[in-house]
Amino acid sequence: MSQDSLLANADIARYVRTATSDVFSTMLGLELEPLPDRVDNDAPRISDGVLAFVGLAGPWTGAGVILCSAAFACHICGQFLMTEFQSVNEEVLDSMGELANMIIGNFKTMAEEHLGPLGLSIPTVIYGRNFTSRSVGRTDWIVIPFACGGEQMEIRVCIAPSKGQQGHPSSQSASMLA
Amino acid sequence: MDVLIVDDSAAIRKILRRVLQQAEIPLGNVYEAGDGAEAVESLKKQKVHLILSDINMPNMDGLQFLSTIKRHDEWRNVPVVMITTEGSQAKVLEAVQLGAVGYVRKPFTADQIKEKLAGVL
Repeated sequence: MSQDSLLANADIARYVRTATSDVFSTMLGLELEPLPDRVDNDAPRISDGVLAFVGLAGPWTGAGVILCSAAFACHICGQFLMTEFQSVNEEVLDSMGELANMIIGNFKTMAEEHLGPLGLSIPTVIYGRNFTSRSVGRTDWIVIPFACGGEQMEIRVCIAPSKGQQGHPSSQSASMLA
Repeated sequence: MDVLIVDDSAAIRKILRRVLQQAEIPLGNVYEAGDGAEAVESLKKQKVHLILSDINMPNMDGLQFLSTIKRHDEWRNVPVVMITTEGSQAKVLEAVQLGAVGYVRKPFTADQIKEKLAGVL
């Protein structure tokens, strides 16, 4: 795989914005305002709210995460299912998992043009208060925030070459993605 | 017309059920399964005339499910439409080669599903 075919952070952010806006406008009837993206060298951290994770696997591995408040999760899942939710319940958690699946799944399709075939894990959704999370490893996370109706949501993506990929040791991933 | 919806997301099953109720088809029973293995068990209990199936699912994924029913005399002629986030050409081709009659990418609109059903039925 040549250096030209690899994904730059700007490409990742652009693909995530496209996928997220597409999912929100098509299935939720909501328009998002994209905010400036940034790079974090740690896994998602949050004091409370909803996190929906989807793993990416193949020659490159990583994950995509949706991160938002419980109130915003209820709002967007209400739009998704045309139902009003006052609190996070099974339906909200399931919907957040599916939204993560669609957003990261569509990002995956675009990324595959650069990185080759990738697999997608079954989504995992976490809801709670005062918890922290981190991933093992030193991969950078590209953070793509959005604003919508006074609330903010983040999509975070990390992706790096799998161990054993010729010419792509994990230690090079940060500079390749930068 | 009896329909089986196969998707590990209860939210998507609920949305598809609503789209089917709005579509101009003579809808009978709508059955749901959370993965391919559950769907096979469902088919053993009742006949259906159409299957809408996701691909990425635990236990038995949509392509394994498609392959399974196409090897079964009683089920092989039931039209199957894949509704999935999987957008790679390889997956689409594999689904078509296994016998899927339609392929709809998530995210979808109700109209896209209705148009696909109109073309298939």
